[in-house]
Amino acid sequence: MLKFTEDHEWLILEGDVVTVGITAHATTQLGDLVFVQLPDVGTNFAKGDSAAVVESVKAASDVFAPLAGEVVEINSAIAADPSIVNSDPLGQGWFFKMKLVDVAAFSGLLDKAQYKQLVG
Amino acid sequence: MSEQTIDSHSPPVLKHTPLYDLNGRFGARMVPFAGYEMPVQFTTGILKEHLHTRAAAGLFDVSHMGQIALRPKSGVVTDAAKALERLVPVDIMGLAPGRQRYGFFTNEDGGLLDDLMIANRGDHLLLVVNAACKGTDEAHLAAHLGDTCLIERLDRALLALQGPKSEAALATLAPECGTTGFMVTREADILGARCFVSRSGYTGEDGFEISVPNEAAQPIAEALLARPDVIPIGLGARDSLRLEAGLCLYGADINTTTTPVEAGLGWAISKVRRNGGARAGGFPGSDLILKQLEGAPTRRRVGLRAEGRALVRGGAPLFVDQGQTKPIGTVTSGGFGPSIGGPVAMGYVPLALASPGTGLFAEVRGTRLPVSVAMLPFVPHAFKRG
Repeated sequence: MLKFTEDHEWLILEGDVVTVGITAHATTQLGDLVFVQLPDVGTNFAKGDSAAVVESVKAASDVFAPLAGEVVEINSAIAADPSIVNSDPLGQGWFFKMKLVDVAAFSGLLDKAQYKQLVG
Repeated sequence: MSEQTIDSHSPPVLKHTPLYDLNGRFGARMVPFAGYEMPVQFTTGILKEHLHTRAAAGLFDVSHMGQIALRPKSGVVTDAAKALERLVPVDIMGLAPGRQRYGFFTNEDGGLLDDLMIANRGDHLLLVVNAACKGTDEAHLAAHLGDTCLIERLDRALLALQGPKSEAALATLAPECGTTGFMVTREADILGARCFVSRSGYTGEDGFEISVPNEAAQPIAEALLARPDVIPIGLGARDSLRLEAGLCLYGADINTTTTPVEAGLGWAISKVRRNGGARAGGFPGSDLILKQLEGAPTRRRVGLRAEGRALVRGGAPLFVDQGQTKPIGTVTSGGFGPSIGGPVAMGYVPLALASPGTGLFAEVRGTRLPVSVAMLPFVPHAFKRG
């Protein structure tokens, strides 16, 4: 099940764990990414906390925790090679996985059609 | 891009260079810069544009920069040179026809008003100045040299062709430019247009800066871009290239509060203008600047390498340790160096901390990251020699 946030993150839910990444729209806006700072496994985030930082050539941007949860896995590959996020934002460019505090809250996020409308 | 409308209360519409349409056709992402709509990158992307320039040849539209002709009212170019020496600590009277020199306008406090290239075009001097300063530079020249010189802003385009393959690319259109030496300028007929070509640039690579009549800019750019080695490069890569080359950006690394000696630009102060020289001083702030040149400034511009992968950008304060409350200096430029493969930056530190290898901390988003002082340039210069 794929959902989106207004901050240009995508999420896929499997059980009570979401995989989180940033959308192609976000990577196009950011330009070439040169640095990714991922959270530590075990960190607990509230919805809206800054969970990760990406640096493009132009500026640093926060990636926000889309929902409350605990980080259970991080994608070290993108920390080693940030360009993966640009080349495959919805696949290999995933950032981290979170165990959700409230799985029901997932349904409140944007679906594909709503996100498409947002970005035009 | 924000919409810009023309009315009495809002700023004027952004200007376009003669290459605006061509830039668009090559997929330019435009940003406002110094009152112009300029390409920050093309579809290639900043990283690849940067690397391509160091490996092959990149074509930059820098038509937003100011080109100013300084013509002597007497008709004798030495008079224009003598007049300009009142404003720059450089040997202009000894600048031979067809030669170019780097210089800067100083102010009474020993600070810098702009940095520029000065060429002797035979019967006049041609100055190339920063886009953001061209208005104030013209006024500065008019105020001080208006008595002896005519100051004319040239309405021409400016292209920069940079990289190891740039000589081969330009030679197909202007064969005589192949033998042009570093910092030499010449006139060249390119596709029937009267151009001024200098072997110089802002990337640390071999290359050319080409002043072109506006109507010839597009055909000449297209002819160069038709070559497989040449791709268009935006301002994003222009910045990372010059940063790796250790070159200053006016407004960031140099400004009215930095002296040329602090900035490490003392090499450009010609011997004849220094104490003991035949035409010592005679430019604004000369007492302070020449004294610093003989003694030492209290701070120096240095290169900075971050130890991790997080970028250290201009504005970050510098500390000697994690606990110090007052910064000892500031980062003035910083970003990712694609040829280096990591973060590169420049900033000012006290002289005692300016030795390469000195460990410092740059505060980024509330965290102090370890950085070390590094020699400049980060990437060796590859200018044409001999």
